[in-house]
Amino acid sequence: MPKDNGIGASPKRREDVRFLSGTGNYTDDIQVNGQAYVHFLRSDIAHANINGINLDAASAMPGVIKIFTGADFEGVGGIPCGWQVTDRHGEPMQEPAHPVLAQGKVRYVGDQIAAVVAETLEQARDAAEAIEVDLEELPAVVDMKAALADGATKVHDDLTSNLCYDWGFVEENKPAVDAAFEAAAHVTTLELRNNRLVANPMEPRVAIGDFNRATGESTLYTTSQNPHVIRLLMGAFVLGIPEHKLRVVAPDVGGGFGTKIFHYAEEAFCTFAAKALNRAVKWTSTRSEAFISDAHGRDHVTKIELALDADNNFTALRTDTYANMGAYLSTFAPSVPTWLHGTLMAGNYKTPLIYVNVKAVFTNTVPVDAYRGAGRPEATFQLERVVDKAARELGVDPIALRRQNFITEFPYATPVAVEYDTGDYHGTMDALEKMADLSGFEARRKASEAKGKLRGFGVNCYIEACGIAPSNLVGQLGARAGLYESATVRVNATGGLVVMTGSHSHGQGHETSFPQVIAEMIGIDESMVEIVHGDTANTPMGMGTYGSRSLAVGGSAMVRATEKIIAKAKKIAAHLMEAAEADIELKDGAFSVAGTDKSVAWGDVTLAAYVPHNYPLEDIEPGLEETAFYDPANFTYPSGAYACEVEVDPDTGKVTIEAFNAADDFGNIVNPMIVDGQVHGGIGQGIGQALLENAAYDENGQLLSASYMDYAMPRASDVPFYGVDHSSQTPCTHNPLGVKGCGEAGAIGSPPAVINAVVDALRSGGHDIHHIDMPVSPSRVWQAMNG
Amino acid sequence: MSQVTMTVNGKEMSGDAEGRTLLSQFLRETLGLTGTHVGCDTSQCGACVVHVDGVAVKACTMLAMEAEGTSVDTIEGQAAPDGTLNALQQAFQDHHGLQCGFCTPGMIMSAADLLKNNPQPTEAEVRHHLEGNICRCTGYHNIVKAILAASGQDVSSIAAE
Repeated sequence: MPKDNGIGASPKRREDVRFLSGTGNYTDDIQVNGQAYVHFLRSDIAHANINGINLDAASAMPGVIKIFTGADFEGVGGIPCGWQVTDRHGEPMQEPAHPVLAQGKVRYVGDQIAAVVAETLEQARDAAEAIEVDLEELPAVVDMKAALADGATKVHDDLTSNLCYDWGFVEENKPAVDAAFEAAAHVTTLELRNNRLVANPMEPRVAIGDFNRATGESTLYTTSQNPHVIRLLMGAFVLGIPEHKLRVVAPDVGGGFGTKIFHYAEEAFCTFAAKALNRAVKWTSTRSEAFISDAHGRDHVTKIELALDADNNFTALRTDTYANMGAYLSTFAPSVPTWLHGTLMAGNYKTPLIYVNVKAVFTNTVPVDAYRGAGRPEATFQLERVVDKAARELGVDPIALRRQNFITEFPYATPVAVEYDTGDYHGTMDALEKMADLSGFEARRKASEAKGKLRGFGVNCYIEACGIAPSNLVGQLGARAGLYESATVRVNATGGLVVMTGSHSHGQGHETSFPQVIAEMIGIDESMVEIVHGDTANTPMGMGTYGSRSLAVGGSAMVRATEKIIAKAKKIAAHLMEAAEADIELKDGAFSVAGTDKSVAWGDVTLAAYVPHNYPLEDIEPGLEETAFYDPANFTYPSGAYACEVEVDPDTGKVTIEAFNAADDFGNIVNPMIVDGQVHGGIGQGIGQALLENAAYDENGQLLSASYMDYAMPRASDVPFYGVDHSSQTPCTHNPLGVKGCGEAGAIGSPPAVINAVVDALRSGGHDIHHIDMPVSPSRVWQAMNG
Repeated sequence: MSQVTMTVNGKEMSGDAEGRTLLSQFLRETLGLTGTHVGCDTSQCGACVVHVDGVAVKACTMLAMEAEGTSVDTIEGQAAPDGTLNALQQAFQDHHGLQCGFCTPGMIMSAADLLKNNPQPTEAEVRHHLEGNICRCTGYHNIVKAILAASGQDVSSIAAE
């Protein structure tokens, strides 16, 4: 029987009722009394000097309260970058200033030139059209390699070049890696691009700044995955507001996928303007605006080489990547192609020697930062593509080649600085082979061929590092923040609990899954536990939700706080039953004395804590409320094996996904229903990247796919039902729940499976093709076939 | 500004609208019915689907003034007066057909329109019908499953929930 309560159960999500009945509270649903509206005038040129801005006509337009430009922000801090990467030569990365409103120059299409605050949004938009801006167009740099050429136009005049950093990892391994390539029996080389994507949570970003002159407190309502991080970054680095005078609220948030981690200029603007104007200021992004102002994802150009010995063992791996940073450094941008990418290049394989080079490049494009998976999809894609190509070159089975090189003993220290605690790569591959019905493939291929279609099967593995992260380690790697998580557990007098967590739920269902953990620990019903999140005023300082860290780090903090609660409750129970504390056991919501029939209910103990008439006041304080901060000892390492089956129409080049199966090892699982849903969503996004999505720039820096008319989001008819399996479970060894994180796996594991399947299909049709760049649109596939 | 009057979820409601005010904006900002969401500005995402005189409409494709005198149904009017979810809403909860919830109102209103006209749709018909509704969270798996379940079809053979 499946459980109906606690860890391992799949209760219906309690958040759903409000979302299904239209009573959620998203940021744009909030109306602050007297709020004004801001519209940002954004550059429609990728690179230009601002020679003048004439506000006269616009300022006189109806309803205009004030128009702000860069000049109003002199003396105000810029948007900070939260991670400093050190290059191969020990030098810090180049870090340009990032003003709230453009000062002197615009550097990408979308860069904000002016902000019009008016009584209504329509008045603000109308007035923006009357602003005269004298832009002197400059050559734009878009292509990364061209941006690094001698004499290239510089995005930032005060930097030495467009190179942010040249990172080598592990630098001292390079000679040994090069030597291994010299000695290799076979070398497989592949050049590829990881296409630029736009995260596209369905809720566009919104910010409302408010200011209370009586208390001097500023409040920002914002669509954020991490309100405390925004409070710290914006308060300390941009506006100079101490935390006790700044409240950040992220209520119901309609998806994040990374792009709502970062601190954006619009948040700082609304908070600043609310104080300057003494009234609330609201900004709601349109979707078109989101395309040119939300941080983008991916955009790597890579050459990868794999060396094998005569027995097909991997002996060395070498990769060179150009990573696009866009025009400015977004909050965590420098960490994505480096520490979230290079450290994953071992994948599931015992390759002994690895060297990763990454050149991060400034261009006149929207800033690029973390998008679901962040660095790990880029690592997985190149590794799993080159392994597949090697198998084809050597004429061996792609699954057999992978299995032969799997890491099988744990803990395993990779040559790229991380230590996998647990895993069972054969186990997930076994589960996948069972689901994917490999033995029936040839018959399915014949059936497709009978219809005039080509059919292909693609498989890949993945490993990821989640639960970011040990603070002392990431501090050494350049993080300018700690990456612990927090929880306060408050027990009420009548026994109910409220958990105030630093994690943030924007689709993940924490309000449902977190109570399951506490219900299991105490032996009570989940309905006795409520989760509070998203408001710095009533949650402890926490780092928020990204990198599949909520349960592994935030859940662990909640466990630690609950353990403190239970320890104190046992003392109270011991007093009530006149027994020794060491003899007290907690089971099914009751405390008993071991070996006796004495017991007191959970509610009797919690009541005693708040009505301490019969209570050990000389030993412990009244009340039952505890806080814990949990700093993980290591990353967690979910892994898995994915398979995709495609049909290709040779007449049109159209690819259809016929089957997609995913076998994941997430360690222990609290809510299987939610975990499956996370995998489904990730696969949908991965299929989107592989087949459809592309943020395409022209050579002048115009974003060609800047709306849903042009950027192909995956639709229901683009994807099949997915098969998912997480029966292979090797619990994490270093967090109290043994959990690994499941939020990003689908997006990391699925693109290479799709492309491996497409290449397999085309090769089955006699086309000597080893690679097609994503997205594999009909025109790209047709061109590949008709060369 | 002119006054616009319509029947929303069975109640007559009025408010001022400019000539350019969209129905989506009127519902959200003038009438305070924020369950109808706006996820794009090109009429692609479908988060704002409502029913106007019984027909599914993207509320961002219609001016508020065009809805004068019509009967509009929104997500707020779908559950029973005591808050009990209707069968379609309940199927979405039962089958985890939503995550962040932002596309959900449009999905429900669009799916209700499908089931009204096609009470037993096939999987392909459901997927085709949702062409104008984008979800970024679920990969559509549990949305399609929930709609098939709401139509009374057995979904137990469809892989995991």
